Amino acid sequence: MADHSIPPSLVRLGDFAHARSGDKGNRANIGVVATDPADYAWLVDELTEARVADYLRPLQVGAVRRYELPKIHALNFVIEAALAGGASRSLRLDTQGKALGVALLELMLPKPDAAREAT
Amino acid sequence: MSQHSLRIGNGVGFWGDNLDAPFVLARDGRLDVLTLEYLAELTLAILSHLRSKDPEAGYVGDFPELLERLVPILFDQPDLRVVTNAGGLNPRSCARHCASILESRGQGRTPLAVVTGDDVLEAIPGWMAEGVDLVHMETGEPIDEIAPKLVSANVYLGARSITEALRSGARIVLTGRVADASLTLGPAVARFDWSWEDWDTLAGASAAGHIIECGAQATGGLWHQWDELDDLAGVGYPIAEVRKDGSSVITKSDGTGGLVSKGIVAEQLVYEIDDPTRYQTPDVDVNLTTLSLREVGPNRVEVRETTGRAPSDHLKLAAVYRDGWAASGMLAVVGHAAEAKARAAGRMILERVRRAGFELESSLVECLGAGDVVVGVLPKSDPAYEVVLRVSVHDSRWEAVDRFCREFAPLVTSGPPGIAGYATGRPSPRPAFGYWPTLVPKTLVTSSFDVRAASEWARSS
Repeated sequence: MADHSIPPSLVRLGDFAHARSGDKGNRANIGVVATDPADYAWLVDELTEARVADYLRPLQVGAVRRYELPKIHALNFVIEAALAGGASRSLRLDTQGKALGVALLELMLPKPDAAREAT
Repeated sequence: MSQHSLRIGNGVGFWGDNLDAPFVLARDGRLDVLTLEYLAELTLAILSHLRSKDPEAGYVGDFPELLERLVPILFDQPDLRVVTNAGGLNPRSCARHCASILESRGQGRTPLAVVTGDDVLEAIPGWMAEGVDLVHMETGEPIDEIAPKLVSANVYLGARSITEALRSGARIVLTGRVADASLTLGPAVARFDWSWEDWDTLAGASAAGHIIECGAQATGGLWHQWDELDDLAGVGYPIAEVRKDGSSVITKSDGTGGLVSKGIVAEQLVYEIDDPTRYQTPDVDVNLTTLSLREVGPNRVEVRETTGRAPSDHLKLAAVYRDGWAASGMLAVVGHAAEAKARAAGRMILERVRRAGFELESSLVECLGAGDVVVGVLPKSDPAYEVVLRVSVHDSRWEAVDRFCREFAPLVTSGPPGIAGYATGRPSPRPAFGYWPTLVPKTLVTSSFDVRAASEWARSS
């Protein structure tokens, strides 16, 4: 996606957070950590279960659950049926969901509010 | 060795990890304990396949190779202990192999322990007859249909037998399947004599074990600022300095590459977990949401305030069944319309297998470089002038998968132009496995240990 196609009101998740993903059976999880703790509240507001589920929809994933870890400024997303059968059965190259974390970082989200930007 | 903390270094995060890292960690880490974590979800199924060909096989062969190199270090550092799940499906055979190495180097008196009780394959039919519910943890399906095809069934054991083996003087503890965090908790309990009901303390050491279990992922591997890290090629593997109160400092050896920072430790804490208020191990339910991280020096991150609760009265059982054959092959496709040519070539392979008389049960064509790794999620780049075609199949018939493997080479002369890379050889059918995670009541499982001098193991059968 070329930069000029990005509306100015949106930002790339990867510019505000870092992530790591892996598998447990046919479930995947993506841990997302705010790079600046001050952005954690924004992450909680904007990086919702619904947004993550919608973004990963092309992979035909199941339900998405989100857990909050405020003391380390992290969110954990558990994604059901994410791996087309998991490490044992999937025919995909990425049987273990190792690429899901970096893929999620390309999600575009509404900008952190102007009040925070001004500080 | 400090009176107040136990330095536990983890030198292996999976079977296939860097061969030199555990040697360097043991040599330079000033460790009390070296742990080595080899067993991923499917590793035991692969080991069972090896054992079916050789009854003495079934353990992680990398470990005896490493032990050859560790012998002088064990001699120089008489207090260093080694705890590893390299025993796999055959810890006694692993012990005999290790014992013969130690004996041949004049270290026959080394106490070597084996932890058993995780392998419950033979108990499954009896449990089913008694009505023990072994439904799939994720799908709720009953086990009956796949039970006759099981090749391995291992319970995740906790730390207790490791602790007891160390208390009995073992210098090397070989286990099969144990919870990853228990490799760290076991030695910590042996050192600090914690009660098995001191939940917060057990949880703290288990959190440290969770952080270091994947090796370099805690010290800079996978880090998003990879291009700012110092010497990732020489990355140091992680060390947890576990304290008497269960808190810890995560660090690495001086002079090694990589980085230990708050962000890196935080990211590893949320790696491969489910509900963080209840990170479940056989020893304790760990609450990762109460803990806090603090940078207390260069490459030193303190982990404290972890809390815990009594664990479930069930243990996780990872069973694996034989499930036909699979194969994958790759070819590079180059030039104008590379993606279209690759997709056509993929369809052609599958069509030729069909015309040869095999309707494959499942197949997948991927076009790497054209957005297929996380298919449909990431934006596509401009038309690529080269992509990698990857075709994969799964079928219950070896003959069908073998025929598929033989259809890659012909494409080089009978497919679209610009196909390269056949020189790496044709793929071959590999045994495929199905994964069956379930739960069993703790009361059905008995874990035990056996500690003997290496010279005695070497003569055992």
